[in-house]
Amino acid sequence: MTVATIEAVPTELARGRGGGGPAPTRIVVAYGFWIFILSDIVMFSGLFAAYAVLSGNTAGGPTGAELFNLRNVFIETMCLLFSSYTCGLGALSAERRQRDRFLVFAAFTFGLGAAFLFIEISEFAGMVSKGAGPSRSGFLSAFFALVGMHGAHVTSGLIWLVYMVAQVVAKGLRPHVLRRLLCFSLFWHALDIIWIGVLTLVYLMGVA
Amino acid sequence: MDGDDRVLDDRNPGVAPEEPTASVLSYTAGLGLAILATIASFVVSQTNLLWPPGVPVGLVVLAFAQIGVHLVFFLHLGSGPDNTNNILALAFGLLIVFLVITGSVWIIANLNANMMGMLINMPR
Repeated sequence: MTVATIEAVPTELARGRGGGGPAPTRIVVAYGFWIFILSDIVMFSGLFAAYAVLSGNTAGGPTGAELFNLRNVFIETMCLLFSSYTCGLGALSAERRQRDRFLVFAAFTFGLGAAFLFIEISEFAGMVSKGAGPSRSGFLSAFFALVGMHGAHVTSGLIWLVYMVAQVVAKGLRPHVLRRLLCFSLFWHALDIIWIGVLTLVYLMGVA
Repeated sequence: MDGDDRVLDDRNPGVAPEEPTASVLSYTAGLGLAILATIASFVVSQTNLLWPPGVPVGLVVLAFAQIGVHLVFFLHLGSGPDNTNNILALAFGLLIVFLVITGSVWIIANLNANMMGMLINMPR
């Protein structure tokens, strides 16, 4: 790795703050993707604000306390948490060029993410079949927009993960594949952070 | 890689600077703390452990604690000089998120309070 020990180096030489020339591609790519993730979180903040404003407007329809099943929500949360963990371990294996271990961890990440998505979709289908679809009330419109947008992100993350596994198998763990993997794991961890907000604001506060 | 290891690189978000074993440890510690925070959130929301009107505040505090755990243990954001840019970008993002959410809630609550007379005549 290019990261030097902190004791040996005067800190004012850190790159990106004027010292030592341009930063390596890896730093630039991940920083750019970090900016994208933050803009994605800002986009989610609009949906969170809409939900916070509309959560009381049930228009005589069902409330969150009547609709939400906290046992399922707990399982969903654990699926996402453990998939974040296996994603992190997979990223470590990839950095250490352990291709087979990476593939095992990627399979776990995909399985846990797919389990989350399956529970969420069956929850949505159950709500729609009970007449609590997004057109029922302002509360349900905001609910489906916010939780559905998170689910759409998880779906695109799963597609991206399949694509990354195909790249690792076809090309091996080359530097540009590793950079893409780094961006993927940033994305996947960020989805988990957004889920904490959904869990707290929508489910736990909606039922409490 | 670039031959000049006299320079302390900026750290990219999501990468652990430690030795590989320490990183597995940090992911595992993060997972444990995150599970603890999640279980605490469910317990707080489902029992009367907290004074009931204080439950939303408790839930928000636990959510921020868990987000902090994720940022430190999974995204490896720290306070070192190599992380300055990542932290600054995050701080700006959090400022916008705070403005959007509290601003919307504040404005709409005000609007609702001032429109009360009209709401009585409106179909719900």
